Amino acid sequence: MEENKNIAQPIDSKIPEGPIAEKWTNYKAHQKLVNPANKRRLDIIVVGTGLAGASAAATLGEMGFNVLNFCIQDSPRRAHSIAAQGGINAAKNYQNDGDSVYRLFYDTVKGGDYRAREANVYRLAEVSNNIIDQCVAQGVPFAREYGGLLANRSFGGAQVSRTFYAKGQTGQQLLLGAYSSLNRMIHAGKVKSYNRYEMHDVVIIDGRARGIIAKNLVTGKLERFAAHAVVIATGGYGNTYFLSTNAMGCNCSAAMACYRHGAYFANPAYVQIHPTCIPVHGDKQSKLTLMSESLRNDGRIWVPKNIEDAKKLQAGQIKGSDIPEEERDYYLERRYPAFGNLVPRDVASRAAKERCDKGFGVNNTGKAVFLDFSEAINRLGIDVIRQRYGNLFDMYEEITDVNPGELANEINGVKYYNPMMIYPAIHYTMGGIWVDYELQTSIKGLFAIGECNFSDHGANRLGASALMQGLADGYFVLPYTIQNYLSDQITVPHFSTDRPEFDEAEKRVQANLDKLMTIHGKRSVDSIHKELGNVMWEYVGMARTKESLETALKKLKELRHEFETNLFIPGTQEGMNIELDKAFRLRDFITMGELIAYDALNRHESCGGHFREEHQTEEGEAKRDDENFFYVACWKYNGDDETAPTLIKEPLHYEAIKVQTRNYKS
Amino acid sequence: METNISFKLKVWRQANAHAEGRFETYEMHDIPTDTSFLEMMDILNEQLIEKGEEPVTFDHDCREGICGMCSLYVNGHPHGPATGATTCQLYMRRFHDGDTITVEPWRSAAFPVIKDLMVNRNAFDQIQQAGGYVSFQTGGAQDANAIPISKDAADEAMDSATCIGCGACVAACKNGSAMLFLSAKVSQFALLPQGRAEAKRRVKAMLAKMDELGFGNCTNTGACAAECPKNIKLSNIARLNREFICAKCSD
Amino acid sequence: MWLTNSSVGRKVVMSVTGLFLVLFVTFHALMNAVAVISFDAYDKICEFLGANWYAVLGTLILAGGFAIHIIFAFILTFQNRKARGNNRYAVNARPKNVEWASQNMLVLGLIVCCFLILHLVQFWAKMQLPELMDRPHLGGYAALQATFSLVWVLPVYLIGFAALWFHISHGFWSAFQTLGTANDKWINRWQCISKWWASIVFILFAVEACYFTWFFAL
Repeated sequence: MEENKNIAQPIDSKIPEGPIAEKWTNYKAHQKLVNPANKRRLDIIVVGTGLAGASAAATLGEMGFNVLNFCIQDSPRRAHSIAAQGGINAAKNYQNDGDSVYRLFYDTVKGGDYRAREANVYRLAEVSNNIIDQCVAQGVPFAREYGGLLANRSFGGAQVSRTFYAKGQTGQQLLLGAYSSLNRMIHAGKVKSYNRYEMHDVVIIDGRARGIIAKNLVTGKLERFAAHAVVIATGGYGNTYFLSTNAMGCNCSAAMACYRHGAYFANPAYVQIHPTCIPVHGDKQSKLTLMSESLRNDGRIWVPKNIEDAKKLQAGQIKGSDIPEEERDYYLERRYPAFGNLVPRDVASRAAKERCDKGFGVNNTGKAVFLDFSEAINRLGIDVIRQRYGNLFDMYEEITDVNPGELANEINGVKYYNPMMIYPAIHYTMGGIWVDYELQTSIKGLFAIGECNFSDHGANRLGASALMQGLADGYFVLPYTIQNYLSDQITVPHFSTDRPEFDEAEKRVQANLDKLMTIHGKRSVDSIHKELGNVMWEYVGMARTKESLETALKKLKELRHEFETNLFIPGTQEGMNIELDKAFRLRDFITMGELIAYDALNRHESCGGHFREEHQTEEGEAKRDDENFFYVACWKYNGDDETAPTLIKEPLHYEAIKVQTRNYKS
Repeated sequence: METNISFKLKVWRQANAHAEGRFETYEMHDIPTDTSFLEMMDILNEQLIEKGEEPVTFDHDCREGICGMCSLYVNGHPHGPATGATTCQLYMRRFHDGDTITVEPWRSAAFPVIKDLMVNRNAFDQIQQAGGYVSFQTGGAQDANAIPISKDAADEAMDSATCIGCGACVAACKNGSAMLFLSAKVSQFALLPQGRAEAKRRVKAMLAKMDELGFGNCTNTGACAAECPKNIKLSNIARLNREFICAKCSD
Repeated sequence: MWLTNSSVGRKVVMSVTGLFLVLFVTFHALMNAVAVISFDAYDKICEFLGANWYAVLGTLILAGGFAIHIIFAFILTFQNRKARGNNRYAVNARPKNVEWASQNMLVLGLIVCCFLILHLVQFWAKMQLPELMDRPHLGGYAALQATFSLVWVLPVYLIGFAALWFHISHGFWSAFQTLGTANDKWINRWQCISKWWASIVFILFAVEACYFTWFFAL
């Protein structure tokens, strides 16, 4: 492993001087650039082809750099950005409802529970408008009004309509837009695309990131790639929890490779849990499906008042529609009369968990609550409700075989319809590789963009902001800031991959793979991953305590031992071996799990996606501690996975916004 | 309500692109009908690993029907017997106790098998690279509302753009034609003013690439649209033909 | 040349020749109808279409159309089978909304082709061909009599007409689809017109053949 010499100490976030609204302008005015002739001489590796990766690779290619672009899927178009449903925010103010760059900035910082870096968020809000222009020019078919202009809708956490959308497939359309630009550059020969390649390590030469070792997943061979700079855009670490709304292939191995080389990992404890997912139905489940949050506009969330009813539901003796109105506990309306079913994501999630932990869960696993449309259907009629949520009802029926729009029972003249069952699930990770204002990690020449970095969402992400951040980083931020780094690299010739640093890195990766293949234990990768997921969900999930986190760290240690001694991988390293690939990722998920637990244990406060039961108000709201925890927690690797990482703090400085308590009551 | 079913699974096994493939039959017992098809495949793989055998390799990723990665040919249908759904959205309640379920990879000369049920769909990327884009530099865009686009055109472009590039159209087509895939992309751009400027160049380049890669000639059987998990319409192919013929005639 | 070296171009050739042949069979069916009404008039038409330069030119164009349609059919089928790859599916299921005819156009075409050869032998080889070679030849009425006095001719012809129905019912709308004249609305309209057109042609031919058989054989 590389030594501390790679690390710029102490933490310098390189925030430009000047008032918040001028920082980015000033930065661009004074940054160093690379002239076109020199761009041709510089190579950049971009790992990942999601919104951030594809847009960065395409834009860098357009600028004239030679780009090498990697993805683990069979095509760049399949990165998990594609699954985003809702939309993308921008401060266009097309609806004339008082939106502005400042307001988007303010909402994002507030939504992030005042734990984001102010300057980064302001820049994000600033470039948000360019993103919409860019995407429309690419031919992204955003929804439009009859007059031919763009339509907007409103989303949680904002008082204005600023969300642009393309049906329920905004992520897909934006990714296809970025993919089309990427294809144009591949066709032009400026980007070389490597599909079914997985980055296994980053290669550091003289303290700078200069290449990667990637595995060709089809041949099973390790290959070396050199460049003047490395950009990782490999997404979040939600799959540490095994069950999440992430795709099966999403992993944190690239980020962990950077972390092991000394790149700080920031705020790993900030994990977003989405309240309206279809519940786990059994131990064979592989993935959780998100149901749009909009369902909570008309749906009422409840569990039975009586524990006996809950037990009967769990045993399958009765159905939800058999329980009459007066026996139902609409616990969100009861606890939060002002907001009712529309409380923010984290509050709704925790309340559901609280009920289920008390034994009121309504499905066979006891981990689900009802989302009921009976009242809305009786009030508005099934046609209106189907018009609003028809496609979601159909999707729910396909998965669960229950039609939520179907009349199921009539008690004392009141009609009851089949309720949906929902439960919270891991959805997004706000934490990530630490980056400065230039999106450079603590290793020179190594950049991190998109969900993979920590920068813009603080402790909680607002809906429709993930797409915005990925594209902002890729199209409009990194292509500028990376030049500031590359401007003095123009005399550095193309690197040969025969250098000893590459030999060493490849040897290290090979040794790791050999080790995995020679354990010859009994357990499959998935069985251990599921166990990891259970530990994470149980002890490092929605509600954390000192004890639970300490238990988690203990159990994770045991799990690592189990992994290292009892893993079984069939087949050989020759050719494609899906089990080996999964095992490689699982090793990093275990380390990631510990990192989340360490961070959560350190943060003695509740904020955004991180909830410590010790720190809540009497009403159960998150209680921040700005005096002691107004900082970004950066974790530095200490040489091996067994040793606890070291905490380095990046203090936050707010100039434009007054830090306040988030208020959901008025 | 959930029940359990038992059935025979006939799965195509092929060690690599050059090896001979064959069907293997596996007995599956007591699979809950609430299990998705791919989760059932996961169960099979766990059983195989337990026996020390290599698991069945198949493509899958998002498991919510949008990434286009999953690609199983189940009982004579790409993505199985459900309509408007990908393999990952297929649930075991569609099958019955005692069934024999045959699982094959996409079969087309342009989609060679990589291993077992996994095929190489790189040809689709190549078609897109040949012209599936609007040529402009990042940052050079005008204001998003500068060009009004009628709602009808935008909606229709959206319907075409919904294509997930899974390749079911090619798998379903007896001619191994990629016309539905190609036409969806060409249509999206043909319907929008942003795409019109280079429409002729685009359609000629993309079609030439498709032909070069060894896809077949469309004979309008409509199997592609019937099996498409995203319900891409056959009228897209007519639009593609129109665009191509007009482009060639104006040369 | 894009008509031969692009997939859409080749299909355009199939469409145009196909539509031309559809027009031909339609006229043929109408011409036959004349014989049902008056054998004299029919003989006149046959004489008109004998060894005159315009009739010969028409025959050559027609033959060319057939030849191109058939040659391209084989080229396309060969290419399509190659595109399908060497491994076949073990299980095949025809999806709903997919016409049986659309997936069996070559077979249907071959049946029509066999019928055509028989038909040429029975009529053209006894009428226009000998006339061109200045040999004795039959008139329309005589040729009909020679053919339809044999009872087996009717069922064979009906099989040929049925194959033609299937072939046209798909080929007709498919041609318009290939020529790019369809959209969401017109695709259904063309399919509907296609079925009607094929049916009218089939009914005309079938009724005529039945009438001739009744007249000459019974």
